[in-house]
This record gives sequence, C-alpha cells and structure tokens, in this order.
Amino acid sequence: MALTEVYDFFKRMEDEKIILSFKGELSPELLTSILHVLEKKVHEFNFPPLKRKRIFNVLVECFQNLYHHIDSVKLGDNPDDVEKSALIIVKYIGDKFIVRTGNYIYNDDIPELEKKLKNVNELNKEELKSLYQSQLKNEKRSIKGTAGLGFIDIARKSNGKLDYEFLELDSKSSFFCLNVTIE
Amino acid sequence: MNNNRIMNKFHLEGSAKTPLIDFNGETGVLELKGRSIPENSVEFFQPITAWLDDYEAAPKAETVIEMKLEYFNTSSSKCILDFFKKLEKMNGVSTNVKVNWYFETDDEDMAEAGEDYQAIVELPFTIIEIDEI
Repeated sequence: MALTEVYDFFKRMEDEKIILSFKGELSPELLTSILHVLEKKVHEFNFPPLKRKRIFNVLVECFQNLYHHIDSVKLGDNPDDVEKSALIIVKYIGDKFIVRTGNYIYNDDIPELEKKLKNVNELNKEELKSLYQSQLKNEKRSIKGTAGLGFIDIARKSNGKLDYEFLELDSKSSFFCLNVTIE
Repeated sequence: MNNNRIMNKFHLEGSAKTPLIDFNGETGVLELKGRSIPENSVEFFQPITAWLDDYEAAPKAETVIEMKLEYFNTSSSKCILDFFKKLEKMNGVSTNVKVNWYFETDDEDMAEAGEDYQAIVELPFTIIEIDEI
C-alpha cells in the first residue's frame, strides 16, 4: 500500500463513523481492553441507560462468539499456513449502533450455523424469550463451555434481525460476516 | 477454629469481567455484585460451587441470595442456573433459601433475566428495583 493510502484508509473510517476496527487474533486480555475502550466510547453518546447496556451486551456476546468459535482455517496448500484472524468493526449511523464481525469458517459447519441464525430471525420477542429459557434449561453444554445462547441473546438485545453472509473462498472454507444493529 | 472461620467466608473483589463475591456462612447472606462476563465462566464459578458444597454441610436456617448483577454473558447464565439448581436442592431440606434479584431502574432486560430464572428454578424470587447497583 502506498503511504498516501494510509490517509485514504483513515479518511474512509472517519467518513463511515467507525469507532473501532480490529483485525487479528483475539485473546481474553485483548477483549478486556477493547471492551473497556468501547464502553467509554458508548458513554459519550448519551444513549438511554438501557440502550447503553444492550450495546455492551451485544459487544460482549459477538466478541466472545468469535473468541470461542473461531476456526483455524488452513488456507492454500501449505500446512503451516493457518489463519485464525477475525475482523471487528464497530460503527454508528445516527442513533443506530452497529457491530460487524468477520471470520473464517469451514464450509462443513455452515449448515448448522445458518440453521441457528435462520431460526432466531424467524422468532418474535416472546418466542425468543421462551427459546432462551428452554435452551438455558437444556443440560447440554458444548466442549468449549458455551451454552448455545449467544445468538438468541444477541437477537433479544438488538431487537432486530441478524444480517449475515457466507462468502465462499474455496471448496473447504468461507468467510462468515455478521451484522448486528442496535436501534 | 480459625481455619473454620476462614472457610465460612468467601470474599473475592470484582474485576473488569467478574463480579464481587461476598458469601458469609455466619449470616447466611450470599452476595454476587457487578458484572459477570468472563470467557471461561465454568472456571470462574468453580470455587463458588465448591464453597456452596462446604456450606451445605452446616448451613444457616435461612439463606439469602443477593443477586446484584449489572451485566452477565450467556456463558455465565448457565453457571448462574447451576448455582440456583444447587440451592434448589438445599431449599427446604437443610436451609430455607430466598433469592433477591436486583435490577437498576429502567433496566427491563435485567428484570426479565430474573423472570427467566424464576420460571426455571423452584426458589422464592423477589425482583427488586434499585437506583444503582
């Protein structure tokens, strides 16, 4: 990238009201720092307390989803060429607060993930509440200790649909993009 | 004796991702306060469950749970349920358990979270509105 492009990059982020953008591997320490920075930023918006809390909740769930479920996807033929990066973009449009994440995923895992997302998007507020309760009661927990509640909680807190896209990269892997808007 | 006194109390300061824990075996008041958003909730809640195991051997006649949570993540929500499930088993057997679930004014989500647990667990819940946690 030519050096002038640094400014183009910066300007684009300014124009698009991007508060924070990060690409790389996530660790609990890094998430603590990112959440701390964002929490302070969100306070500057003068949103009502409930909205502020919902934003923070959605940020936590989205980021921890990435942390727990990110796949180390092997790109290309070199066995050492493993990619575990994720992308986080946090921005706003007027009063709307937007969280976007992107990560690699194996194509084989797409159907199950898409089923969850579609299901959550079809439910209304009350249905989400009862799905949350029945999933919470469910004794099962994944090997990573997660409870399968993440997307349900994000949907409950964002009051809207979860936009997503799977971009196929090759026969094995895709890039999963998620967009959550808190009105 | 001294050792027993220490065993009777469990105190842990809150952090950026974990709540303050103040369990007092001498008064039967068990308080969790602040935020519970660790990546590994199972690990964080393990000593809480272990303390409750010890407390179960010689509990007070009345046990009061003070839940003053500002935020919790979905990974904590399962651990909080396990905590209540354990208390549910003790309730009416070795001690009488009461749960006070606090939420900040206008935080309908936290009030609803209390209702979620109330619907699942057979313990007497009181959902209490306060100005600030």
